[in-house]
Amino acid sequence: MTEKVKRQTVKTIVTLVLIIGGILVAIPFIWMILSSFKPDAEILEIPPTIIPKHVTFQHYIDLFQQLDFGIYLKNTLILVVFGFVGMFFNAMAGYAFAKFNFRGREKFFYLILATMMIPGQVTMIPVYLILNQMGLTNTMAGIILPGLVAAFSIFLFRQFMTTIPTDLIEAARLDGAGEFFIFFRLIVPVAKPIFAVQGILAFIGAWNNFLWPLIIANDESLYPLSVGLQLLQGEHGNEFGLQMAGSAFMVVPIIIIFFIFQKYIVEGFTMSGLK
Amino acid sequence: MAEFFKDLYKNRHPYTFITPAVLLLIVFAILPICIALVISFTDMDLKGLADWSTINFVGFKNYVDLFTDAIFLKSIFNTFFYVVIGVPLVIICSLGVALLLNFGNSFIFKLFRGIYYMPAITNIIAVAVIWGFLYNIDYGLFNYILSLFHIDKVQWLEDPLIAKFSLIILAVWKGIGLNMLIFLAALQGIPKSYYEAAEIDGAKGWQKLIFITIPLLRFATFFVTITTLIGWLQFFEEPFVMTKGGPLNGTVSIALFIYQKGFQDSNFGYAAAGSFVLFIIIIIATLIQFKLRKSDVEY
Repeated sequence: MTEKVKRQTVKTIVTLVLIIGGILVAIPFIWMILSSFKPDAEILEIPPTIIPKHVTFQHYIDLFQQLDFGIYLKNTLILVVFGFVGMFFNAMAGYAFAKFNFRGREKFFYLILATMMIPGQVTMIPVYLILNQMGLTNTMAGIILPGLVAAFSIFLFRQFMTTIPTDLIEAARLDGAGEFFIFFRLIVPVAKPIFAVQGILAFIGAWNNFLWPLIIANDESLYPLSVGLQLLQGEHGNEFGLQMAGSAFMVVPIIIIFFIFQKYIVEGFTMSGLK
Repeated sequence: MAEFFKDLYKNRHPYTFITPAVLLLIVFAILPICIALVISFTDMDLKGLADWSTINFVGFKNYVDLFTDAIFLKSIFNTFFYVVIGVPLVIICSLGVALLLNFGNSFIFKLFRGIYYMPAITNIIAVAVIWGFLYNIDYGLFNYILSLFHIDKVQWLEDPLIAKFSLIILAVWKGIGLNMLIFLAALQGIPKSYYEAAEIDGAKGWQKLIFITIPLLRFATFFVTITTLIGWLQFFEEPFVMTKGGPLNGTVSIALFIYQKGFQDSNFGYAAAGSFVLFIIIIIATLIQFKLRKSDVEY
């Protein structure tokens, strides 16, 4: 066997293994999509049909007509918008740590890094008590505030922004530009790659946010999709078609966004210097 | 003094930039850990929430009670069960997938990179709904496939031991994506010249893997091990959404125990004490990791 033939065989085997593994990983998704289009009677059939015999969109219609998925979607989108606001707070902090000299810089930065080590379970109860004291339980603000900024994101912004030449900022200052003008008009465009990565991660994080809405929100009118879906699972335990449609409605948008922006996420990991 | 404020005003911009982030982190991360420490020595509950004067200082009682609490001890056992089986499994699977994906750069490889990452970005409730259906004892896909091979129905989530494995399978499925990307980024950072030099010396494919790739992935492996270990010690979402800790507390983890004591029983002091025990376990595990790494470098 020549070297070239051998290499080709190895590559074929690798591809085959990847395909089999990929199918195994994707089974839950495929099953979710297929089941969501089956009528209730067909879903409980044994043996199960793989491709739906009678395709129905009824479950998706029910999500909005019988259940309140319209409201849940609106709340989730609010969370997403504030996820982006939080990203800008992270970026501003990262920029200040990267490009300014000020008293207490190191101390503040280490304080921020230290928060990364605190496990969520330790802060969960006190944060609830604090929000309760502030009168923010059962409000949108109470859901949004605890997770608005993230130390790791500040760290990544700082890492990226140290590579922006200081001369560029100095030149803008000489032209009389204000600091906020410099940040939004100069820094943000230059730092586009890191904003792309953090933007996608902020979107995914906000879209999937589940624990704080569950703890803080009592009114159904404040539920995002994730908590709404859990309610659906509890109240319609045996209506698997409806459950699968609800899940698909949550999962498919994220997957589409991920496949469109995949390149940036992978670059983001290379950028963070994990070699 | 006036000089100081004038100075501060002149240099106000960096402070303006960091204020939102620093303020939020102080209120929602630094302050809470101080509060948690204080209330872990009290009997704070729902009454105490309304009227602070009913809160009593109880010393180490919560901590002593924890270690005589059969459910807490069980949650420690379960958590170690998850960690000992799950962490190596996640590391091996994600490294394996990364090595396979690193073979090519064509469209098909990029597509599969996306597919293997999909579970990592899927909402945990959606995961619970889908997997709950797959694991369903009567209508689930898994039991149907097994029935084709004449295997009896498996009680995926109804048997305390099998349920632990069912949750591990789910968590591994969800955990591969992120770690695979970290390994992949590290693999693509290895200079090609190393492999070329090895080829000149006549190294075979598997020799290159063992003597070049694996050693050069040491930092990525260390990073993945630490983060995965910390993540699995806080194992929470899977039992929370799939089994609520049941059957017979067979899947309850330390983190879930804390949540249940805190938010279901409103036993805030007791739950806070539990969270510090978890924190200490995490710190010890991390220190052991760093210690092992040190000896690794000297070697």
